[in-house]
Amino acid sequence: MKKEVIKFLIFALLLLVFPFFAKGGYLLNVLVFVGIHTILAIGLNLLLGFAGQISLGQAAFFGLGAYLSGILTGTYAVNPWLALIAAALIVGIIAFVIGFPILKLKGHYLAMATLGMGIIAYIVFNEAVDLTGGPSGLSGIPNLSLGAITFDSDLKNYFLIWTFTLATMLVSLNIGNSRIGRALRAIHDSEVAARVMGVNARLLKVQIFSLSALLSAVAGSLYAHTMTFISPASFGFNFSIELLTMVVIGGLGSIYGSFLGAALLTVLPELLRAFQDYDIIIYGLLLILMTMFMPGGLVCGLPAVCGALFPKRKERGKGSA
Amino acid sequence: MLKISGITRKFGGLTALDDVSLMFGRDDITGVIGPNGAGKTTLFNIVTGIYTPTAGSVHLEEKDITGIPPERLAKLGMVRTFQNIELFGRMTVLENVMVGLHTQSRSGLLACAFKSPGHLREERAVRERAMQWLDFVGIAELSGVTAANLSFGKGRLLEIARAMALEPRIILMDEPAAGLNSRETAELALLIRKVRESGITVALVEHDMELVMDVCDYILVLNLGRKLAEGTPREIQENPAVIEAYLGEG
Repeated sequence: MKKEVIKFLIFALLLLVFPFFAKGGYLLNVLVFVGIHTILAIGLNLLLGFAGQISLGQAAFFGLGAYLSGILTGTYAVNPWLALIAAALIVGIIAFVIGFPILKLKGHYLAMATLGMGIIAYIVFNEAVDLTGGPSGLSGIPNLSLGAITFDSDLKNYFLIWTFTLATMLVSLNIGNSRIGRALRAIHDSEVAARVMGVNARLLKVQIFSLSALLSAVAGSLYAHTMTFISPASFGFNFSIELLTMVVIGGLGSIYGSFLGAALLTVLPELLRAFQDYDIIIYGLLLILMTMFMPGGLVCGLPAVCGALFPKRKERGKGSA
Repeated sequence: MLKISGITRKFGGLTALDDVSLMFGRDDITGVIGPNGAGKTTLFNIVTGIYTPTAGSVHLEEKDITGIPPERLAKLGMVRTFQNIELFGRMTVLENVMVGLHTQSRSGLLACAFKSPGHLREERAVRERAMQWLDFVGIAELSGVTAANLSFGKGRLLEIARAMALEPRIILMDEPAAGLNSRETAELALLIRKVRESGITVALVEHDMELVMDVCDYILVLNLGRKLAEGTPREIQENPAVIEAYLGEG
């Protein structure tokens, strides 16, 4: 217990001091995306890593959150904070309602259903031109502000986003190590045994699906308010797959793993820009190699690699990603 | 305690169970035996809400529990173990038992997410109680081990500890001695008696005749989905129909 708290505090402290060493806005901007992606990856990890239920439609909830926030503030001049809360609640409720029929499905069928959900949302973002601005997107979304501070620079956004990301991490760590977290992991390992133990598997799966959607919507709102411009291209099927990759590469069921996965998959494409057209091939190769040699994800793999490279020193895998 | 009446279950054209009735006496250890394919596990799956019967009813005390799903049966005081032990493999031994205490704790998603003081208190209590149940079956020293790494015999004990944690009124064990060596089976017999002594009705499906004859107060014999006989172990041992079903015509 105590060790977990210290681990989290060190992690938060590193993030707090990071901007003082980072030169220039570019790196901070990348870190803003790492933060948003971490929230999304954790949302999916609660569902996939804990409860063992797949979703290939997370981008839909991300997009819904972004568009709800964008439309409420841009078109209806609602306060951005109110819009963020409203978007989160609306998306949470939508997911709760569609969760009941969808989560009756298992395995591949659940993957197909959530995939369909993602595609429907993508089509709506594109076709409901009056609301969403269609393929050309929605612009002029206001920044969030707190008193006299408007979150309009990379540095300010960095602190804004990471406050949310750390809160998400803390809440998810708490859930993972609680009565509900145990029930979710029990469903993952043996649904029938979990039910025999009195776990209402059906309701709990829907609840966690809804929480996962709610977190994605928060990430969507934050994205909309920091970017001030959104378009359907950011919320397509590819992005759902990218999120899935983050969770798996990072480590299923690990909250810090979700951060590592999000960090790697956000930073790597930036680094690979130098290879121009070949970047996607290298990217794909790296992912294949990592799933082959680190099946437990970065969160298990990195300490093992560090342990092998520096056998005497105490292993620590955090700073390397 | 538990009454099954006229249970019939058909799978397509196959009749797995045909009009089976039995009373499971309070505080008794009741055994269900029969050759492979007799319908023993199907019967357990119906009683524990995993299958619904084609016809017939199940009553726990006075309450009709036919077709009630397992998560609700758990709250009514019925729990079971599985033939091919169903542990939560990636969780620790202690956490497995803590899941068994799920119905006795209340914290919801929000209380867990924000670590409310009530939740922290409950968590401590659950942890302590889980340790006591591990002690009850004698594997307290394994509390920190990942459940998938347990030997089959220890896994069996963990499954019983986890079931006991629900503080059920009746516990159904599906072939508890399967895969155990003779020493482990002897220990299991002691444990089953200890469970009964703590005021819990026990029902078991079992192949190990020695165990059944040793611990059971009453036995139901199934053959090809039908009731062949019922009675005390002595009556069963002397029943010509049972001898014939097990040994063929002699």
